[in-house]
Order: sequence, then structure tokens, then C-alpha cells
Amino acid sequence: MKIKINISSDIITKPIMAEAILETGVLLNISQAHFDRSRGEVVADVLEDKFEMMCESLTSKGAVVKKLDTPINWDENECVECGACLSVCPTKVFSLDDEFNLQVDETKCIQCGTCVAMCPHNALSLGNNG
Amino acid sequence: MVKKTIHEINGRIKDGSVNVVTAEEMVHIVDELGADGAAKEVDVVTTGTFGAMCSSGVWLNFGHSEPPIKMQKIFLNDVEAYTGVAAVDAFIGATQLSESLEMEYGGAHVIEDLIRGKSVHLHATSHGTDCYPRKVLDTNLTLEDMNQAVMMNPRNAYQKYNAATNSTKNTLYTYMGTLLPSLGNVTYSGAGVLSPLSNDPDYTTIGTGTRIFLGGAQGYIVGEGTQHSSGGGFGTLMVQGDLKQMSSDYIRAANFTGYGTSLYVGMGVPIPVLNEQIAQATAVSDAGVTTNVLDYGIPSRDRPALRQVTYEELRSGSVEIDGNDVPTSSLSSFKKSRAIAKELKNWISKGDFFVSMPVEKVPKGISAKPMKQTEGIALVSDIMAVSVVTIGKDASVYDAARTIMDTAFNHLPVINGDNTLAGIVTAWDISKAVSKNKFDLVEDIMTRKVITANSDENVAVIARRMDQNSVSAMPVIDKNKQVIGIITSDDISKLYGRRS
Repeated sequence: MKIKINISSDIITKPIMAEAILETGVLLNISQAHFDRSRGEVVADVLEDKFEMMCESLTSKGAVVKKLDTPINWDENECVECGACLSVCPTKVFSLDDEFNLQVDETKCIQCGTCVAMCPHNALSLGNNG
Repeated sequence: MVKKTIHEINGRIKDGSVNVVTAEEMVHIVDELGADGAAKEVDVVTTGTFGAMCSSGVWLNFGHSEPPIKMQKIFLNDVEAYTGVAAVDAFIGATQLSESLEMEYGGAHVIEDLIRGKSVHLHATSHGTDCYPRKVLDTNLTLEDMNQAVMMNPRNAYQKYNAATNSTKNTLYTYMGTLLPSLGNVTYSGAGVLSPLSNDPDYTTIGTGTRIFLGGAQGYIVGEGTQHSSGGGFGTLMVQGDLKQMSSDYIRAANFTGYGTSLYVGMGVPIPVLNEQIAQATAVSDAGVTTNVLDYGIPSRDRPALRQVTYEELRSGSVEIDGNDVPTSSLSSFKKSRAIAKELKNWISKGDFFVSMPVEKVPKGISAKPMKQTEGIALVSDIMAVSVVTIGKDASVYDAARTIMDTAFNHLPVINGDNTLAGIVTAWDISKAVSKNKFDLVEDIMTRKVITANSDENVAVIARRMDQNSVSAMPVIDKNKQVIGIITSDDISKLYGRRS
């Protein structure tokens, strides 16, 4: 499952993710990371049954952990199913079926946001923000 | 030999015996029955396309205000429209951007809002005349309030369009969408098998007066589109239709990041099958329509073609370029194109739409000219300073400061032992070093990632590079990375006769 880890500026230089991985022995597959002066934001994959353990460990070190239930919002009213999003997505979230209907597999989304800028119809936006 | 007339076909539409198929279905019918058999069997083939058509807009007539005004400048929801035609007529173009929202909202959005029944704010100004005394006007109007709202698109329905990719190291934001670096993706547009002009490439039945599907309503072909280039297989159409009859299912505003707004237009052209030549032409498939993949990384009118592809390859999801499978994206919607061809087929089958012969056919074998430019095109070599002062990377910061004072150059290209470019150092870098009390070598304080220019580049191109990278000077280098000059924003300002 995909999770988002928010790290505040006061602990941004601490290796809390490395510590949490060593402490719990749970694998964390990082797919997206953004750090600036004010905050850190990491999107990662973790096994569903290990989520609680990882969440507890990260939280104890000061991070805020959220489940990414809907990493990407798809507005079907705005979408014209052109498929512009297909070629820019690094994880193949989007595909067209035999009838050229757009299929969105949001479980693959790593929230890179490239499709949001690509979509000519403003039909895509990142979800679970905050 | 099959020979039918428009009159006969319209007779069958009237009595309900007409046989209409879509251009996709026709591929199989011709395959099975041959062109001769298909021509006997099928009366009309419908096409459809739904994609970004920037060259679109609407003529509006607002009616006269009391007291009347001769509008000289107008804004619809803060988007400027052209009113240089009498008093209260205006043309709102799809790509005109909002004065306040810029790329977020444009003429295309005004058009979609009008179709959706929304109220649009009109702001007009004028000098005032004896016959039109009013100087300023503000009102809110819906589509119903207009006398006429005629969609008039100068260049729509490209027969086919070049596919786009990007060889540079930076992401490009274009009217062909996001183009990822290092040939990361290919984008394309066009309906291929369903493309109106590709199904009648000899323009046998297409021309002035041809009745078509436009935006969900019946419209007409005005004639050849602007930039019509039938010689190279890039024919275009100028079309018109009544906006009041159109639907937001088939007319949609769009935003291309970094480019601006555009209008997705849904159009379908019926092709009456008068003989087997026409039947054969409508049998064209995605595999039969070829286009070029152009490198949009080259900022030129003549972008190099990396390879030829068919629409079948483009639609497969990836194309091979230089041994790599590059993912493809369509910018036009094939699903909507199909829906348009089917809807047009329904209209004709039900007797709601009759086919027509053009009064004048769209011309064949002509090509669009590039622009004649009477002002010389400035190259970097024309305006760069060749007496460039450089400094070695192992020189001291003090040496750099003295060189700047002695020569009045604000930017010093830093060179390696072999005279190749290593970095750049500015008066600002030196001030920073001094403020930190750090007087080491130039190498330690220089900027290593230098934005450079080549001497044979167009000044307009490097001016944009300078702007995008927020620098005010660029070393000009040759093929061997040797510094041969420097070009500054001052040089460019002087060229254009103003200071930035």
C-alpha cells in the first residue's frame, strides 16, 4: 500500500526513515521524495500488514504518516479520454481498453504529478494532500 | 462500374433505405467485397475527429445598446475579442488568454461557457462618435441574448498532423503536451482511420458548401483552411456552424501547460460513395496514414523528422526510435471521434441529415509558404562581443575582481588549462565571496553549470533561453567548447532598440 510521510523542518536532517526501517525490519520502497527548507514529503510503498508497525515507529520519531487511499483524482466529467496522460506516467497508471475507454489503476500512482500538468482538460489532480 | 448521384443517395436517405457505415466499418467492407462491391452496397461513409483545434473561434453579434456604442476594444470574461468590424460584432478566438487569469482561462473557455448556458461578462470601450455616443459599456450576456453566434474556424481537421518528441535534456511544455526529455515520449493528434480528409484525399466530395457535423450540430465547410497544404498531405478545412445548436459534449476548452488555451472541436464529414474510387479511398486504415515524428527540441520552423510512422504504430502505445520503445500518447480522443462518426451515421439513417456536393472543391496539390521576413534575422555571431575576457580557474578571486574592474565586463567565463569552458564568475559571485571573507580560487566560487550559446543560433531563441534561466549573459562557445565570445541581455536590448 502507498503511504505519505510528512517530515517537519525541525527534524528534516535526521535519518528517521533509516532508523524506522532498521528498528522494525519492515521494507519501505520510496517512490517519490521532496525536501525543501520548510518540510519533507515522501511517498512510499509498504506491505499492508506491516503498515501499523511502520506507522508507529515513524510517528514516534516525529513524522506524520497518512494512507494514500486516492493518490490521484480523476474527474470523469472533464475527461475526454484522449489518453494524453498515458505516455508521461512513469508507473503505467493509465491505459485504454479495447473500446478506447480510459482505465485508471490508482494503486500504481506515486504522485509525481506529471499527468496533472499534461492533462489538457484539468481532469486530474493529486489526492490526499496535506 | 458503379455510378451514383447525390440526388439518388438523398432519395434513399428520405425513404429510409440508405446504407450508411462509419469509416472504420468501411475498411472491413471493402476488404470483403472489394471497392466495386462496397460501392454498390454502401451509400455514405461517415468520419469523425475530436481534438485540439487552436484555429477556432466564434463571431458574435450583441445587438445595439442604448445609447449605442461602436465597440473598439472588448473583453468577454476578461478575454479580449476583435471588434474592428462595425459596432457590435466581435470575434472571440480560442487561444486568446484572459488578462487576469492568463493561461488558466481563454477564448476557448468563453466559448464553452456560452454553450453551457453560462452568463459571460462583456466590457466594451469606445472613443464615442456623433452616431455612437457611448464610451463604456458593461453587461452580462448568455448565448440566448446574442443575435448570432457563428462558430467560424479558419483551420480545422488537419488531414494528419506531425507527431512530437523531444531530444533535449529538459522537459518541454508545448501545444503537443508535455514532452519528456531524451526522447521520453511521443505525442500525436488525428483520427487516422476516421480522419475526414484522409478518407477523401482527392477531395472528390469535400469543399465549399459540404454539410458536416460540427460540435454536435449541422455545419458547413467554408472552403480550404488557412495553411492548407494538400501537396504534402496536410490539407485543412475552414468550417462554420451555429454555436447556439452545439453541445459541450463535442466542444471543449483545453489548457496546455506552458502554451495556453485551445479548443477541442468535434467534427465529422460524410462521404457519399458515388463510385468505386471513393469507396477505395474510404477503405484507408490507421496503417495507411503515415506521418513524421518531429523533434520539438529544435526551436525552428523546420524541425527535423526522426522517422516516419503510421497511425497504427502510434496507436499501439509505443514506437521505436533509435532502438528504444518510446511510449505514445494521443492528444485527440479516438473514443469521441468514433462517437461522432456513429452519431452522424444515425442522423443520416434516420433522415435528419442530407449529403451535399461542394460548390467548389478544396484545391489539390498546393503547399503553404513559410513567412517572408524582410527584416534580417539576427544571429548570435552578429551581436556577440568577440573581445571576450576570460580567466583561468586557478586564478585568485582577487585577480578576478581586478579583471572585472579593468575591463568593465561583469561576467568572466572561466576556462580550463586547454581553454575549454569550465564555469562563469560574476561581480556578484565575488561580492559574495568577499562578504564571507573567502578569498580562494576562482574555481571555488564560480558557477559550474553555465548556460551557453552557439554563434549560429537565432537571437530570438537564445533570448528566451536567457530569460528562462534567469541569466543576463552567456558565453558563446564553439564545437570544442572553446569560448569565442559573450552575449549579454544589453546586446539583445540594443538590437531590439529598447532596454529591458
